[in-house]
Amino acid sequence: MKSGFFVCIQDLGRYGYRELGVPVSGAMDRQSVKKANLMLGNPPDASVLEITMTGPTLQFEQPSYICLSGAHMAATLNNGPIENHRVVKVNKGDILSYGRLWDGFRGYLAIKGGFLSDLVLGSRSQFVPVTKQKRLKDGDTVPYEKTTDYSPILSEIKIEDHFHKDYLEVHKGPEFSILDDAQLTELFTKTFTVSKENNRMAYQLNEKLKGHSHSMLTSGTLPGTVQFTPAGRLIILMKDGQTTGGYPRILQLSMDSICVLAQKKLGDGINFRLL
Amino acid sequence: MKSYPITIKPFGESALLIEWPEQVEESILTDILRFVEVFKELGLPNWEMSVAYNSLTMVHHGEPIDLDEIEKTIMDCHGRTRSGATKRARYQWTLPVCYDLEFGIDLEEVCKVLELSREELIQQHTSQEYLVYGIGFLPGFMYLGGLPPSLEIPRRAEPRLQVAKGSVGLAAKQTGIYPQDSPGGWNIIGNCPIPLFNPLAEEACFVKVGDKIRFQEITRAEYELHKIEAEVGIYKPENKILDA
Repeated sequence: MKSGFFVCIQDLGRYGYRELGVPVSGAMDRQSVKKANLMLGNPPDASVLEITMTGPTLQFEQPSYICLSGAHMAATLNNGPIENHRVVKVNKGDILSYGRLWDGFRGYLAIKGGFLSDLVLGSRSQFVPVTKQKRLKDGDTVPYEKTTDYSPILSEIKIEDHFHKDYLEVHKGPEFSILDDAQLTELFTKTFTVSKENNRMAYQLNEKLKGHSHSMLTSGTLPGTVQFTPAGRLIILMKDGQTTGGYPRILQLSMDSICVLAQKKLGDGINFRLL
Repeated sequence: MKSYPITIKPFGESALLIEWPEQVEESILTDILRFVEVFKELGLPNWEMSVAYNSLTMVHHGEPIDLDEIEKTIMDCHGRTRSGATKRARYQWTLPVCYDLEFGIDLEEVCKVLELSREELIQQHTSQEYLVYGIGFLPGFMYLGGLPPSLEIPRRAEPRLQVAKGSVGLAAKQTGIYPQDSPGGWNIIGNCPIPLFNPLAEEACFVKVGDKIRFQEITRAEYELHKIEAEVGIYKPENKILDA
């Protein structure tokens, strides 16, 4: 019905097209997606809605079961609150809406059997120009299977969210050795904050390091690659990030830390911890 | 002949970076492509590989890998890689470019800086064969080597927020085509009406790393015709097999 700030369809990613320059895409916080799909008995890569910052208002056109995970956004079904990590039955005409974001940044809505939008190059993840749209607009409908008889093994799990960390675990990147002692000290003692340039492609950090003049040939980049610009800025590539780049790659986030960063928003502070 | 030496670096939990000597050389690129062929013959599942100039990024889907074990496999494949032509046939593609001022919004400025007439610039840009050293940055964006030094011009001081799809640009030692509307800092001299990335086509990107590109000047009328042909899917870019 009504789209929020940025709602898109994502699965666990589009594999096999990196050599054509196609980013892997997929959910920014895959741990949250796996949890919600597990509750519904879905395969881990079933498509979900990724809901950033503010939620949409959705009306279900046929019965099914849903599970929310990731950021907490005061979701309600027909005005009754629903918690994350709980299997909820929905009926035709039910309305899911979202309130105030109070924890995390990206919420996920999984549905029994997954959302069945078009598969393009082996994935349903929305990314222009692979898919026509990069996000859902007001009035869009997304297909899913009708389900009336699912009995989950567990209808609710109480687990601590994985994203309440103020540090990111990192590996040394391919150009780690260009850092001098002063830069290393800054990198591992300073608290960095998320800048307003943060989206599915990359998170830029506000605080800079001392700059550098290292030049290199363009080379491969991954989600979680920390690029270091000559002016000293740190840019952390995320799921829709470019597949190649020309800036030194000083750090590589662990898979788990990508999920942590995916739940950070403008102004949130983080430290780097070397694994 | 023995191939070039390599260094292997871990790149997070599930990827590796292999680097050949840091030079822009066709023989190095060919070695990398030969290595990729040897590795692919092993049939190991879930590996993605992307080549850029002197490096190969190898990514394993999702799950962590045993880095020591895969390093041994890589060294073994490298030991069995011989110089010479790749098994896959490589192509030279001829891509049409319209150098009209309407598309080539920086053409006059570029001519002034390089002290060339419009005709000289087009002649020099189209007389060269360019090697595809990598595809990345955007889906279908080719890193091309082989620009004549007389066409080297710094990138624009201020990047544009929007460069049109198909724009052909110059920047430092590089020339290339923007495969989609995108922000960009290159000097735009023309437009290619042929889409370089089409996710619905049988091959989303017909050009592969190791192929070569030539540009051919076309008139405005030919541009419009090719654009329509490409939209309805009947335009077949001209190609010939290299190494034949």
